[in-house]
Amino acid sequence: MSELITFCGAFAKQPVQYRKAVRVKRMLPGISKVETSLEEVFNKIPITNGMTLSFHHHLRNGDQVVNLVLATAAKLGIRDLNIALSSVFPVHAPLIDHVCNGVVTGLDTNYLSGPVAKAISQGLLPQPIIMRTHGGRARAIECGQLPIDVAFIAAPCADSYGNLNGVMGKNACGSLGYAFPDAEYADYVVAITDCLEEYPLAQISISQTRVDYVVTIDSIGDAKGIVSGTTQVTKDPVGLKIAQMAAQVIQATGLLQDGFSFQTGAGGVSLAVAHYVRKMMQAGNITGSFALGGITGYMVDMLNDGCFQRLLDVQGFDMAAVRSLAANINHREIGADCYANPFNSGCAVNQLDAVILGATEIDTSFNVNVTTGSDGIIMGGSGGHSDAAAGAKVTIIVTNLLRGRLPIIVEKVLTVTTPGESVDVVVTERGIAVNPRRSDLRQRLADAGITVMNIEDLKLMAERIAGKPEQIVLADKVVALVEYRDGTIIDVVKQISSAN
Amino acid sequence: MVNKTAQAGTLESNDIMITVAPARQCSGIVIDLESIVLPQYGQTIRKVILQAVQAYGIANAYIKAIDRGALDYTIRARTEAALQRSGAAKRAFR
Amino acid sequence: MKRLRRSMLFLPGNNPGMLQNGGIFAADSVILDLEDAVAPQEKDAARFLVAEALRSIDYGNSEKVVRINPLETFAERDIAVIAPSRPDVILIPKVQCSKDIEEISKMVSRYELLPGSIRLIALLETPQGIAQAHNIAGTGKRLSALALGAEDYTASLGATRSRYGEEIFFARMMVINAAAAASIQSIDTPFTDVDDIDGLQQDTVLAKKLGFKGKLVINPRQIDVIHEVFNPSNGEISWAVRVLEAIRQAEAEGSGVASLQGKMIDAPIVSRAEQIVHLARRLGLLKEGF
Repeated sequence: MSELITFCGAFAKQPVQYRKAVRVKRMLPGISKVETSLEEVFNKIPITNGMTLSFHHHLRNGDQVVNLVLATAAKLGIRDLNIALSSVFPVHAPLIDHVCNGVVTGLDTNYLSGPVAKAISQGLLPQPIIMRTHGGRARAIECGQLPIDVAFIAAPCADSYGNLNGVMGKNACGSLGYAFPDAEYADYVVAITDCLEEYPLAQISISQTRVDYVVTIDSIGDAKGIVSGTTQVTKDPVGLKIAQMAAQVIQATGLLQDGFSFQTGAGGVSLAVAHYVRKMMQAGNITGSFALGGITGYMVDMLNDGCFQRLLDVQGFDMAAVRSLAANINHREIGADCYANPFNSGCAVNQLDAVILGATEIDTSFNVNVTTGSDGIIMGGSGGHSDAAAGAKVTIIVTNLLRGRLPIIVEKVLTVTTPGESVDVVVTERGIAVNPRRSDLRQRLADAGITVMNIEDLKLMAERIAGKPEQIVLADKVVALVEYRDGTIIDVVKQISSAN
Repeated sequence: MVNKTAQAGTLESNDIMITVAPARQCSGIVIDLESIVLPQYGQTIRKVILQAVQAYGIANAYIKAIDRGALDYTIRARTEAALQRSGAAKRAFR
Repeated sequence: MKRLRRSMLFLPGNNPGMLQNGGIFAADSVILDLEDAVAPQEKDAARFLVAEALRSIDYGNSEKVVRINPLETFAERDIAVIAPSRPDVILIPKVQCSKDIEEISKMVSRYELLPGSIRLIALLETPQGIAQAHNIAGTGKRLSALALGAEDYTASLGATRSRYGEEIFFARMMVINAAAAASIQSIDTPFTDVDDIDGLQQDTVLAKKLGFKGKLVINPRQIDVIHEVFNPSNGEISWAVRVLEAIRQAEAEGSGVASLQGKMIDAPIVSRAEQIVHLARRLGLLKEGF
């Protein structure tokens, strides 16, 4: 591991280097890339102890590729692998056994949930894992800080010469954006598909020029876990209230005019914000520029209604998003680098007017935690959180003031995922706070008749309702390094104490 | 006096399920607490339950509490409902 | 000036999550419900929960109302537990006659901490209750409003509920007229299809036009629409301001008769204009001047 640099400001670190040179490859005419056995590919490359294998998470909780590849590695007696999987889901629980058996000794990811996240928090690995942002992962790959020996790319559709897309086949997932850097920079690229089409594929997301093998298997995943049904606007009245307030904040900023650009999540409250913003746009006859990030059917509807001129799609969440990406020229697939890498000549988040993000905790300095739960156990990670927050003109956090009994606004977050300097507004059902750095915004909100509170007062309000929580006790061992998008270390996650 | 086992509350979020059961003389008030916010609020929850039980003048009881993030007002109400269902009577009105 | 009761939001009385969040929707009143929202075997638990909620939850500017169970079931047990926790109002379901109000009033007197502090609202939801509306409205000092419950009422009639509510026109007018005759407020029945926002809007416009002062609410999502309707519109406000201005000018000129755009302004018009201006000022819709 290279030396660690501490975070010292969202835009403090400047890159002074060239990109990593990629391995130059060649493929002689007449050679087939298609294989039916993963073992065969392992032997041909060959995959050996200590290598870094990378994977994308576009199949989410329906993914079967990671487990299959690791089972093959285990069977072949390979040890000491570093796994660079862009996000870890409950379906990846077998990873725990592979760690216990020495097959896997390192993990590099942007988001973890489920049993693996819990096991990591309990000290599963001797070394800390690395947690990056979506943009940071692209940066690390390009800058050579995350060298990948072999990228295994689950491909919902592939042709026999390694052109890939995510919009066809029985396990279509939409955009393959998070796999773009892996395909470009890995020494070897292995596509794994359950839908082999004749060459050349009609729609190409990842090109043949970097793909070395195409392995066909019965099924790369379970469609039910890959895309949700229809993503729904929440019906929870508290969530709706928060969403409505957030939309009013956006309107008050003055950004909601022709050319407006927007990012919001797929969660019920985030979608509800889109719902209210859409109403405002329709009422004001406003044509926005683009919506960015994880794309849902709701954003597709907004595109089709003329609320936006383009969708920039790094990840699709439902079948409507998949279908739209396949059919609509104004719905563009972008890679992780274009989406959010801070070290290129400009990524898409820089063009954002407003972004809606969540929080498991936010502190009185506006630092946000989406990495650990209030019990200290890892339950997420930045994903694109700190990327979008850094890029957007206005970053709005929407959250309940209390979740269950727990106050969400605290004096100091357990883990800093996104620094307070890139967070502008916090919207809760009981009040709105504006970062003191943004006195301009505070004034605009006041002018629009929106009551703005001090974040300390919001915190006190939560404590009056729920009581002040006792500090949780953590062990000393560091289980995860939380890397900011520029590669500096913004925080660490400690092991939970055995008492928990 | 807790005469019989009785229960109040649900396992829904923001609620707490309280079960009270008779206990032997001199066993005191035993609270068996399960909570999603145990590290942060375990002590508070025990205190609130204990105060509610003491308001009934009860010296011996076994109490099982399964907490889903209830606020104090809910903990008091559920404890009181369980106690009344078990046949306990409050000493004096506040 | 009477309390604003444009929206009265029901909260299920045995649901801690809903009770603790009931204050954030800016309803004019919240109704902590012990009746229909609570299963018979949970009445006791809900009573304790509502009593504790009244003591410890901050409902902001919302008036705190408790709907108890009817006289023939648990009314007295409810009042015994609830009244000491100081609700602003007790909402009595299925009121049939003026005697019901008298009995509840006596019970409240037995248990309330501050004599005479708790107000009553009578929910009329039976043909008998509607027929007796005028007698009920004039009963006792505590009664501050009549409310209409159209679901039970139409069921008793054997009528079918419709989106436009032709079948409850008589009941609505009975309630409005009885309340007005007794100088108390009238509150309209809830609109039950929570997903039909247009239907709610039309139903509320009708209610306001007929003379209701507010509406029962079964989902927080309905509140904004209802407030919007019951708030004086910009047109109404500017009309009212002009009326009062014309009166002031006439007085200044020593003229006994004021007119606006050729129409004479008589006492009922002045009274209506004053009400609108007063309401607008209370709601912060009229910034300065008047």
